[in-house]
Amino acid sequence: MKKFVTITALIVCMVFAAVGCASAPAEESSAAPSESAEASTETSASAESSGEALSGTVSMSGSTSMEQIANALKEAFMAENPDVTIDVQLGGSSVGLQDAESGKSDIGNASREMKEEEAAVLDGHTIAIDGIAVIVHPSNTVSEITSEDLVKVYTGEITNWSELGGEDQPIVVIGREASSGTRGAFEELLAIEDQCKYAQELNETGAVKTAVSSTPGAIGYVSLEALDDTVTALKVDGAEPTEEAIKAGDYALSRPFIMATKKGEELRPEVQAFLDFAMGEEGQAIVADNSLITIS
Amino acid sequence: MNANMTIIGGRKSKTALEKTMKGIFIVCGVFAIVAVLVITIYMIYSGAPAMFTIGLKDFLFGTEWAPTAADPKFGILPMILTSLVGTGLTILVGVPIALMAAVFVSEVAHKRLAGIVKPAIELLAGIPSVVYGLLGMIILVPQISKLEALLYANDPSHTFTGGANMLSGIIVLTIMILPTVVNISITSLKAVPNEYKEASLAMGATKMQTIFKVQIPAAKSGIITGVVLGIGRAIGEAMAIILVSGNVANMPALFNSVRFLTTGIVSEMSYASGLHREALFSIGLVLFIFIMIINIVLNTVLKKEAAANEK
Repeated sequence: MKKFVTITALIVCMVFAAVGCASAPAEESSAAPSESAEASTETSASAESSGEALSGTVSMSGSTSMEQIANALKEAFMAENPDVTIDVQLGGSSVGLQDAESGKSDIGNASREMKEEEAAVLDGHTIAIDGIAVIVHPSNTVSEITSEDLVKVYTGEITNWSELGGEDQPIVVIGREASSGTRGAFEELLAIEDQCKYAQELNETGAVKTAVSSTPGAIGYVSLEALDDTVTALKVDGAEPTEEAIKAGDYALSRPFIMATKKGEELRPEVQAFLDFAMGEEGQAIVADNSLITIS
Repeated sequence: MNANMTIIGGRKSKTALEKTMKGIFIVCGVFAIVAVLVITIYMIYSGAPAMFTIGLKDFLFGTEWAPTAADPKFGILPMILTSLVGTGLTILVGVPIALMAAVFVSEVAHKRLAGIVKPAIELLAGIPSVVYGLLGMIILVPQISKLEALLYANDPSHTFTGGANMLSGIIVLTIMILPTVVNISITSLKAVPNEYKEASLAMGATKMQTIFKVQIPAAKSGIITGVVLGIGRAIGEAMAIILVSGNVANMPALFNSVRFLTTGIVSEMSYASGLHREALFSIGLVLFIFIMIINIVLNTVLKKEAAANEK
């Protein structure tokens, strides 16, 4: 009897273990499409009406910050055009632009403004804008901050609000966890990657807001869309964190998400279709779903 | 079951029933073993590779955790120490309180008062951990923040945590382990034969002497079981302390923002990828091994204890 039980236990174990191994990667990949599933159902109607059957491969490479939005657009576009394969590679904005220039990929993704020499050979198509608001407790008397001071606050050089013209209370520096895209963007825009001295690392935008709204000396950052009246957003370099200011280029803590293509070359129909899709109504709906600012 | 079944007539179906039930029991019993084995295998399978990619020494004894930096660092020593120190202090503070509370309910309190206190403590055990965290964040953290401002008023080198630090974490954990330890201690104190108490009192010992010298020692093994479960709850807790402990991978100190092994996994799992994700599984494996070691050590202690008592 004992033997029998042991053997059964072992067999069941092996089966479970095998099932466990096989299903793990599937689970990972299933997470991404679910986000865009909603968008794709909305858009499928228009594809049928246009009647053209696109095929081929569109290759993209570049910014890791754009991974999420690029994949969301990819899923939605491929649901509409099943014969088109879109390949999203990462590597960073500069690599993406180089790849687009050399023809290694059709589209180069960049999460920053293009430099002059890059803009000379590439056409940039801005598909979305990423904006970050710096927030403090509503009772805080400081209402604006320069980006230099912001750097000093986050690297631990300035530790008291009195140094910024506020009350005499210590600054509690609140940020996001290491893998957060908002943190990546914030640190990248201020060029303080891996130098921040956080007092609290929270893993959700909501948690950052709650912590800032309940700690009088706190400073934190959230995506622009998440702003509400539980916290006060600071002016940065004199500009209010609003969509208008960002679109006018006044607000420092924002960056464009650019899909760049090679200049002076006729784009293949599937590449053109993808860019049109991204900048069109359906694409922009996905942009908004990913809490980014639309270009319209 | 058949209503007109007699003892004799039902023998066949009865044996069938016996056999089926036996089968069901075996399946249920095996299920628990299978679950433990599958979890163990899966933890090792998914946690071990990253440990060796990073290097065992760099992983376990590295003091810097910067998984997304240009030059990524995967040192979890701050988290290991935080978990150990945090749990240790929680037990140090929590167990005496819990034990006194248990003595109060089972020996000192008037029956009617005990009848109110005991269910209240039991109710405490049923509150979800995230609620402890939320209350800690709203009620406790601002108070700790004031204390911190008072203590470090003239210390510019201190990074202000705004009250979200290890002290807050320990206080929340202490409250969380109370019901576990109290309930089991009450049960084991009540199980001490009344003759012990009577004999002690008859010998002229005072009530307090009887409690501390006779009843608590007699209930020792039960109390230790409670403490073990308390340790298990404290070291495995994540949801409550993620909200109150600041969550930065610093070395443990009362007013430092700290990250426990559990919160290290929870806070970064959602967006992590590649080696970073695998490293989080490795943290899980480390935590798993810790809990195994604690269980094994305490089980051996308890068994020795029980064997000594029988002699």
